[in-house]
Amino acid sequence: GQEIAAVAVTAALDRARDCVFSNHRGHGHFLAYCGELFLLLAEIFGRPDGLCGGRGGSQHLQLRNFYSNGVLGGTVGNAVGVALAEKKKRSGAVTCAWLGDGAFGEGAVYEAMNIASLWRLPIVFAIEANGIAQTTLTELQLAGTIAARCAAFEILLEETSGTDFASALAAATRAVDAARAEQRPHAIISHALRLGPHSKGDDTRDPAVLGAARANDPLASLRRDAGAAAETIEREVAALMRGTLAAALAGEAA
Amino acid sequence: MTRATTVLASLNAGLHAALADERVLVLGEDVLDPYGGAFKVTRGLSSQFPDRVLATPISEAAIVAVATGLALRGFRPVAEIMFGDFLFLAGDQIVNHAAKYRAMFNDKVRVPIVVRAPMGGRRGYGPTHSQSLEKHFLGVPGLWVAAPHPLLDPGALLRQAIAIDDPVLFVENKIGYAEPLQAGASGYETVPLADAQAPFPTVWLKPPRPAECLLLCYGGMTSLAIRAATHLREREQLEVGVVVVSQLSPTPVSHLEAILSEAAPAAVITVEEAPAEGGWGGEIVSSVERIRDLRGFGTVAYRRVGAKNTPIPSARALEDAVLPQVADVVAAALDCF
Repeated sequence: GQEIAAVAVTAALDRARDCVFSNHRGHGHFLAYCGELFLLLAEIFGRPDGLCGGRGGSQHLQLRNFYSNGVLGGTVGNAVGVALAEKKKRSGAVTCAWLGDGAFGEGAVYEAMNIASLWRLPIVFAIEANGIAQTTLTELQLAGTIAARCAAFEILLEETSGTDFASALAAATRAVDAARAEQRPHAIISHALRLGPHSKGDDTRDPAVLGAARANDPLASLRRDAGAAAETIEREVAALMRGTLAAALAGEAA
Repeated sequence: MTRATTVLASLNAGLHAALADERVLVLGEDVLDPYGGAFKVTRGLSSQFPDRVLATPISEAAIVAVATGLALRGFRPVAEIMFGDFLFLAGDQIVNHAAKYRAMFNDKVRVPIVVRAPMGGRRGYGPTHSQSLEKHFLGVPGLWVAAPHPLLDPGALLRQAIAIDDPVLFVENKIGYAEPLQAGASGYETVPLADAQAPFPTVWLKPPRPAECLLLCYGGMTSLAIRAATHLREREQLEVGVVVVSQLSPTPVSHLEAILSEAAPAAVITVEEAPAEGGWGGEIVSSVERIRDLRGFGTVAYRRVGAKNTPIPSARALEDAVLPQVADVVAAALDCF
């Protein structure tokens, strides 16, 4: 259910130079960044030809200017350091830091946001607000609003739909372009839907809530938008997935 | 530049020299002139290199996090944690970020950061500003831990830490800053040891006759250990060698092997400022015993000298009673004979 943010924000980046620091749920961010499906699957399967030779696994991905780590919140400070490095090098790069609403419980996030704003760093905080952290609903763990927290650091904010691609892309483009032009942090909140469990079978939400979320699956609206082409696209994607999955499964374990 | 005469002046000169490399940045709390850092290690740097000396908020996690991000993109940052006691605030960044990236990204990235942390007591700062917490960072995969001392050029050791491609926790000692540099100790041959496995040098103060007893120490305990050794040689006629390690982790096993190939001591005493339980000395004892076992020389009596296992009191007399003293080292050695 969170595909829209990954694709929209990444599409707004200049991937030849911009940097991405993703989090513990970064497969979508990674695929949007580079499309290297085989490298990702082989890594998850622990293959030597995986992205990191099987050493990183699902949560620890690195390719070119893309990094991720499995500890919530800590990566945001790393992304701020990357943004500072690129600013000092005058590369013109923007850094994108992915985090979810659950990460706003971590103090390290605020240390990082403070420095990003204080030092006027070209960074975009891409916030996936799906309303739930593992099994804990946001209203049980977050006082006030994420928007107000961004405002406290004078970080400009775009709030976007988690289901409408066109508006999400327009908002992400405004944020990324402004971060680059103005050399200051921006934030994008994507009000996303989490359609599945946190990991395997640990979704404790009411089936009615889940059903309502699934009824708003952004892929369904994309399918509608694509019209007649949808069937061809889905067939091609399914074939690519099947072939790549088989190739990744065929490899030897690391 | 005049030749540095104290540990502090040497570290400061080392940072000045390191900043000639444009990839080097210094960041931390209160590091700017005219203050120049709580212990003055960064004095003068921001005047000479204003773009690469950064005053940070009081945010230890972010200081190390930002340093790590800078390092991933080609810089070689030196982060100052004002008091080593605050290192745990950055502990997740050191252990789960900086020290992990190279290995978990399959050697595709490097994180060449140095985290400088002044440790130690004897200044009456009390329970939360006097500790030696480095033992909690020993044995972390991907992390070097090094400590300067007056017997080798501390500034050169710091530059060595900056030049290494991996994160280094650089443990300084607060009262050690004022100590004069010294080339060796009276009555000892000074034998430096360093190799690829353990690049941070060990200084072996080798006595003229085969050592009956070895004192092993690092950092701020160096002078105290030498005073204890001198006492034992002059008053007790014990032939005592002193081994001053600057690489705390990984344990410099090859240096210990080299020393023990020329010495078969009957007693080995480790001296550290933190409580010995769960500490550096236990690692040294374990390594020495394994070498002794392989070489097959006689039984060694081991003692670990450290602080009492209680928070460090503020009042001077109470603090003295908790922290290890020369008399504790002497008593531990005599207990073995």
